[in-house]
Amino acid sequence: MVSSNTDIGYNSKVEGGVIVSKADAVINWIRTNSLWPMPMGLACCAIELMAAGASKFDIARFGAEVMRFSPRQSDVMIVAGTVTYKMAPVVRRIYDQMAAPKWAIAMGACASSGGMYRSYATMQGVDRIIPVDVYVSGCPPRPEALLDALIKLQDKVGTEASTSNLLKA
Amino acid sequence: MIAQELLAALQGVAPQTSERPSADCPAFNCPLDSLIPVLRALRDNHGYDMLVDATGLDNGVESSPRFTVLYHLLSTATHSYARIAADCADDETPLAPSAVELWPAAEWHERECFDLLGIKYENHPDLRRILMWDEYPHHPLRKDFPLAGHEEDLWDQEISDETGTKVISAPMMGGPFVAKSSKFENEREPRAKDESWNEKNPKPEGQSRK
Ligand code: SF4
Repeated sequence: MVSSNTDIGYNSKVEGGVIVSKADAVINWIRTNSLWPMPMGLACCAIELMAAGASKFDIARFGAEVMRFSPRQSDVMIVAGTVTYKMAPVVRRIYDQMAAPKWAIAMGACASSGGMYRSYATMQGVDRIIPVDVYVSGCPPRPEALLDALIKLQDKVGTEASTSNLLKA
Repeated sequence: MIAQELLAALQGVAPQTSERPSADCPAFNCPLDSLIPVLRALRDNHGYDMLVDATGLDNGVESSPRFTVLYHLLSTATHSYARIAADCADDETPLAPSAVELWPAAEWHERECFDLLGIKYENHPDLRRILMWDEYPHHPLRKDFPLAGHEEDLWDQEISDETGTKVISAPMMGGPFVAKSSKFENEREPRAKDESWNEKNPKPEGQSRK
């Protein structure tokens, strides 16, 4: 029987124009290359974060140049600076407002562990209040270190089971 | 010389004003209730038109009077400084008059002093904490407050319930951390004073934190 429907089945005319892949690979590829940061600049480390965004280091090479000051539009929170106990609940609230999927980078000694501020006013690591994916050492870390962290995060995002996570959420 | 002339002039305003030991600019002690008239005289009659700093002093838990308020003034005409100190009467809840009516700049300085030392300023227009959160129960720059702090709830109840996080007293790990003086930079790195105790080896009992 000859069918008039040519859309189903093999069509030699579109050969080469079709790529077969896994949904995970496609979704992760899209996600890794446009991680929009939420710049949570709280202290001196934020200056290096700005340098990472400026022309010399150019975070745009990794698709993360769109610093969104609106949490609804951002994918990764970069906590750059000293998290005081006064600020910590606010950081968490902003993190909660970010749409999933979301990630967090703790940039610098202060955000990772409290740094040199072993004192009554400073939270001893932002991971006590939000889940952190990548920690960056340094006081402050150089912009290259932040870019390295971003690449590490991209590797991590690239291995996620995004499709099944979509159904889970 | 300036100090003697100033002292004589200020004693005209408040007779108990006396000279205060000072390594730099002229400094005076005055009774708390004449603090504002003395400051006003310095501002209006002696050209000290700028308030450089308003701060406080905890003289130690044992001492009485325990708290002192300090005002640092600058004359922008003669470029000379002066310092006025007044002891607070109460050692637990010290009270002091506010200088905001003389210099609006005193507002935030006095708020900081209230926040960290617990000195209450009378007639202050907006005496709230400026650095710590409003519900914080302690005054951290008092001498009996440990550097590590005390355990406390987070000020945001919702976040506190969600994360289970508290304000903890900071791990001191043999600290405080001090830089040694040395010719070599790598030896000047800040180190804990007593490295024998840390997260793995607990601090020996009965040893006071220096
Ligand atoms: S890690 Fe260092 S540079 Fe970064 S916020 Fe803390 S003190 Fe500043």
